[in-house]
Amino acid sequence: MIREIIGYGLIYIGIAFDFFGVLGLVRLPDIYNRLQAATKSVTFGTGGILLGIFILQGFNNFGFKAILGIIFIFLTSPTAAHAISHAAHRSNIKLDEKTVVDQYAEDNENKE
Amino acid sequence: MSLKNRSRMAVFFLSLLVWFMLTDITDLQEVILGTIVAIFVSLVAGHFLITTEKRHHIFRRIGYSLLYIVKFTWEIIKANVHVAYLVVHPKVPINPGIVKIKTKLTKESAMTILANSITLTPGTLTVDINPEKQELYIHCIDVHSKKIEDNTKDIGNRFEKILMEIFE
Repeated sequence: MIREIIGYGLIYIGIAFDFFGVLGLVRLPDIYNRLQAATKSVTFGTGGILLGIFILQGFNNFGFKAILGIIFIFLTSPTAAHAISHAAHRSNIKLDEKTVVDQYAEDNENKE
Repeated sequence: MSLKNRSRMAVFFLSLLVWFMLTDITDLQEVILGTIVAIFVSLVAGHFLITTEKRHHIFRRIGYSLLYIVKFTWEIIKANVHVAYLVVHPKVPINPGIVKIKTKLTKESAMTILANSITLTPGTLTVDINPEKQELYIHCIDVHSKKIEDNTKDIGNRFEKILMEIFE
């Protein structure tokens, strides 16, 4: 009973945070800010859903697969974000007008 | 045992564990196949995992790893609430920019973990690492100052001390 409450609660919280992540993708201005929303919400959002599945299923086949999913999400999500933002910066995609400082571009200009 | 073989042993047991988690262990066939695959993986790619001798004892490092996981989970919850707050706010109060921070970590594995942790903590995203100069370029959603020292204190130091104990 308690297990079900906690499990379903985590799944609902996860869905809510995934929703906020998608909302961030729509509302934030440029690619870097959108990546911020996408990477962060996926950890607690999707991670929360998977943790809820683990708590509902317990220590069996499904549960272990959910735990593995969490581990791989935590490893791959920041790496993908790094790759995308790095590639975007290299192909000169402009930062938003609100941007105050870009020390990465300054350093790269000095190199060339 | 040499460092390479120790690394291969670690990879062997890790991949065996992943295999057992992925499959229902119903008969001997799966155990044998998993062992063969794990041996193959550890022979081909086993020597990458552990490359240097560590300063501290294994139990001390496991303790700090647990501390790191607790701190990391807390930071992730904070990050998610922060993003949720930003996107539901009617004006979207952001002040973005890319800043540079310095790190004291030297090992590549430690710097990778630090970069990934920074990406998952509130308002920051690692764009690039410069391993030679020990610098990280961070995209901040809310920039407070343009000085390298201030940003290093704000962003990097949250995890640096713990990672220092685990990896160096």
